[in-house]
Order: sequence, then structure tokens, then C-alpha cells
Amino acid sequence: MKKLLELKNVSLTYHTLTDEICAVKGLSFNCAEGEFISIIGPSGCGKTTILSLIAGLLEPTSGTIIIDGDKKPSCNNLGYMLQKDQLFPWRTIEKNVFLPLEVKRTNNETNRKFALELLDKYGLGEFKKYYPDQLSGGMRQRVALIRTLVSDPKILLLDEPFSALDSQTRLSVGDDVYKIIKAEQKTAVLVTHDISEAISMSDKIIVLTARPALVKSIFKPNLKGESPLRKRESPEFGKWFEKIWKELHV
Amino acid sequence: MKKEKSFSPQHALYIRKVKRETCLVWVMRVAILVFAISLWELLAQLDVIDTFISSCPSKILLTIKSLWLENNLLYHMSITLYETLVGFLIAVGLGYLIALLLWWSERLRRILEPYIVVLNSLPKIALGPIIIVWCGSGSKAIIFMAVLIGIIVAIITMLNGFLATDKNKILLLKSMGANKFQILFKLVIPGSLPTLISMLKISVGMAWVGSIMGEYLVSRAGLGYLIVYGGQVFKLDLVMASTVVLCVLAALMYALVALLERFIIKYK
Repeated sequence: MKKLLELKNVSLTYHTLTDEICAVKGLSFNCAEGEFISIIGPSGCGKTTILSLIAGLLEPTSGTIIIDGDKKPSCNNLGYMLQKDQLFPWRTIEKNVFLPLEVKRTNNETNRKFALELLDKYGLGEFKKYYPDQLSGGMRQRVALIRTLVSDPKILLLDEPFSALDSQTRLSVGDDVYKIIKAEQKTAVLVTHDISEAISMSDKIIVLTARPALVKSIFKPNLKGESPLRKRESPEFGKWFEKIWKELHV
Repeated sequence: MKKEKSFSPQHALYIRKVKRETCLVWVMRVAILVFAISLWELLAQLDVIDTFISSCPSKILLTIKSLWLENNLLYHMSITLYETLVGFLIAVGLGYLIALLLWWSERLRRILEPYIVVLNSLPKIALGPIIIVWCGSGSKAIIFMAVLIGIIVAIITMLNGFLATDKNKILLLKSMGANKFQILFKLVIPGSLPTLISMLKISVGMAWVGSIMGEYLVSRAGLGYLIVYGGQVFKLDLVMASTVVLCVLAALMYALVALLERFIIKYK
């Protein structure tokens, strides 16, 4: 399969007045088209920094990031989903979803129609005139995902998108989001600290070391079942959990 | 989620309880006013208090009436109102623009910070003599005073509102490739509307302080002038009457801003 995302020997150093922090040092991994990968590691190891690097919000100190053969990260290929839904409370649901179109100056009839179709398709059509405060946490997170999908990005970057939800909602929204991403045939990079979330959702799990972040090991769980909830029921699930748990705590 | 729904009898009871409570609050509000005015009038009529020093409601009303009949009241009111409104609009508009500039450039913000801090703690009334020398003793000086008193608070309130914009929302817009203008117009300005409303509410008060202070210092007309003049010639009826009119005007202006709030903030 074609490599859609490739990190080669990427390093990043932060400067503060009193210190110089090496957040990422010589990080390399890649992600094939249509693949769902998870990045997991001890807290504070710079997982979010890696997403910011891929999104082009931070410039690597050295190394290269290649997205779809292009050496310069461009916002047109990427959709970023953050921890909280970050919907704008003064905009209605449809206006929130149109936001990337406005920013990228592609707010035309066709694209708006596409956005509304996505809302309809994933059961949010009847809420398009509502304000975010009128929706539940899970629905808001789904709107946030659709907002990243409207500009038709190649790669979705998910920064612990379920961590603000309670554990019940978390499972079902995780399931929803996974299905939507698969249905839209997107490549996704998920950052999480939840081992079972990583196992149930991803084709490939990248375990990082503590700072400076390096790839410690890569797992490919390959569990049976077409959705995260089904995969959680698989007998090997527990074995994988133990394996990754040990890897993280060695 | 909002949906049409039929309610139980308990709900009607609950609504009635809430309404009764609101009703009670209003009755008490009015009762306090009526009680205070009646007591004042009664004590004055019984000669317990000296109306030469404390005036009384009936005399205040008579003074307002005679001012009105002499066609003076409207004149003084319009002068003060004009000074206050112009001072308010300039302070708010200029304050908003300066706050925007300071949000835009962190360097400018750092450079100007000590000046703003000093200007904020300086009692602006101390600049009275300078203002008179520069602007003369007309409306111009009073408006200048009103702007001076209002603008610093307007800048500081608005700047804090702009700076309180959620960092993650900025990150989100940047990840979509937004430039600084887009961040400003799509996020910072609409997101700080509630701050704008509270800034307007504070500025209404500041503008009145400014215009009345200004009139105390230099004027030949206006409600502040009437109050000072009344105090100097010991006509407490005039002082009280002007103060009552002032109260009503200030309350009306505040109500206008509160009404504006309902139009602007539609969500929630």
C-alpha cells in the first residue's frame, strides 16, 4: 500500500529562558493510505507535539515530514480534531461545520451541500439549526468530526478526542467515529493514553518512549470484528492489552 | 435537545411558584421606594427634619416642575446627555480599537503596559486644570474628561476579553490554515461579545462620572452644573431634583445597553 504519511528522523527542540527541552529526537514512522494508527506513550512524552508537527503548526528542528509525496505540510490535506469539540457556541451546528470552508475560502454551494449531506448521513441533519449548547457531548464530538471532514482531508489527526467524555459515551462515540472514518475511507492518526482505545481502533500501534519521544515498538493487533466494540470482545484483546501495558511500564 | 412536550400538573405548580417569587421581588422593590419616599415626606411635614438641609419629595417634584415650565430642565438635560453620550461613544469606540491593536501586537502590548497601568491608577480628576487650559471651559473639556475617565477601563476590559480567547480554538483555526485576520474576525471578535457588553455597561457608568465631574469643574450648564450651583447657593431642592433626574437618565441608558445585549447574544 502507498505511504501517505512519512516521518523521517524528525527532531524538535523547545526553548525557554532557563532550559532547552528536546521533545522529539530522531522520530521515524510511516502510515499507509487508509490505515488507522495510534500513538501511545507515557504522559508528557510529546504526543501532541508530534501531531502539531504533522499538521505543520510547528516546524521540526531537523528531519522531514512527507505527506502524500509533498514535503511541506499543507492544511488542505489535514483535518485536526482536538480534545474537546471546540465548537463555537455562537454559531449554529451548520455554521460550525461550514467554518473550514470559510477559512479556506471554498465556501461555495457544492461544498456546503457536501457538508449538509455529511450531517444528514450521520444523523445530525435535524439539528443543523441548533446551537452546540443544545446538543449532548457525544453529538457535539460527532459534529466536530464532521467539521474536519467537510474539507475532504486525506489524513485525520485525532488528539485524544474522547478524553473529555464520560466512559459510557466514550465507548459509543469512539465506535461512531471509527465507523465514520472507515466509511469515508480516511487515514487517521490517533493520539491517546488509553491502551484499550488504541487496541480496539487501530491497525497499527506506535509505542513511544518518555521524552525525548522515540519509537519504542510497533504492534499490529489485527483483531477480528468490524467495529471497536466488537474488537473489544475478541479473545486476544486481553493479551494485547497486557503486552502493551508491559511495554509502556518497563 | 428541544422538543415539544406536554407537562404534568406539578410543572404548572413549579412555574406558578417561580412566578410568585418574581412577583414578590418586584413588590418589595417598589415597596422600599414608596416607603422611603413616604417616610421622608412625613418627617418633613412633621418638621422632624429640616427641609432647608434635606429637602423633601414634594419640594423636589415642585422644583422639577418649575424647572420644566421655565424650559430649563430640558436644556440642562440635553447638554449633559449630549456630553455623556459623545464621551461614551468616543471612549468605547477608541478603547475597542486600541484594545484590538494591543491584541494584535504582543510587542506593542509589552511596550505600552506600564503606561496603561499608570494611567489606570491616576485619578483623572487631577488632570482637570490641564484640561481646562487645553480645551477651554465648554462642552469640549467635559467630553474630554468623560473620554479620559472611560477609555482606560474600556481598553483594559476589552483587551482581557480578547486575550481570554481559548488557545485550543486558535489552534483549531490555525490547523485549518487560518491567518491572523481570520482568527480575529471568526473567533476573537465574536467570542468576546459578552465582554463587549460588560464593557459597555461599565462604560455607561464611567461616562456619567466623567461628564458630571467635568461639569463640576468648568460648566455653565447641565445637570452637574445645577447640582454644584444648587449646593453653592444652598438650594437643596435644586440639588436633589437634579440628582433624581440624573438617576432616571443613567438608569435609562443602562437599560438600553441591557436591551442591546438581548439582541446581540442569541445563543444560550
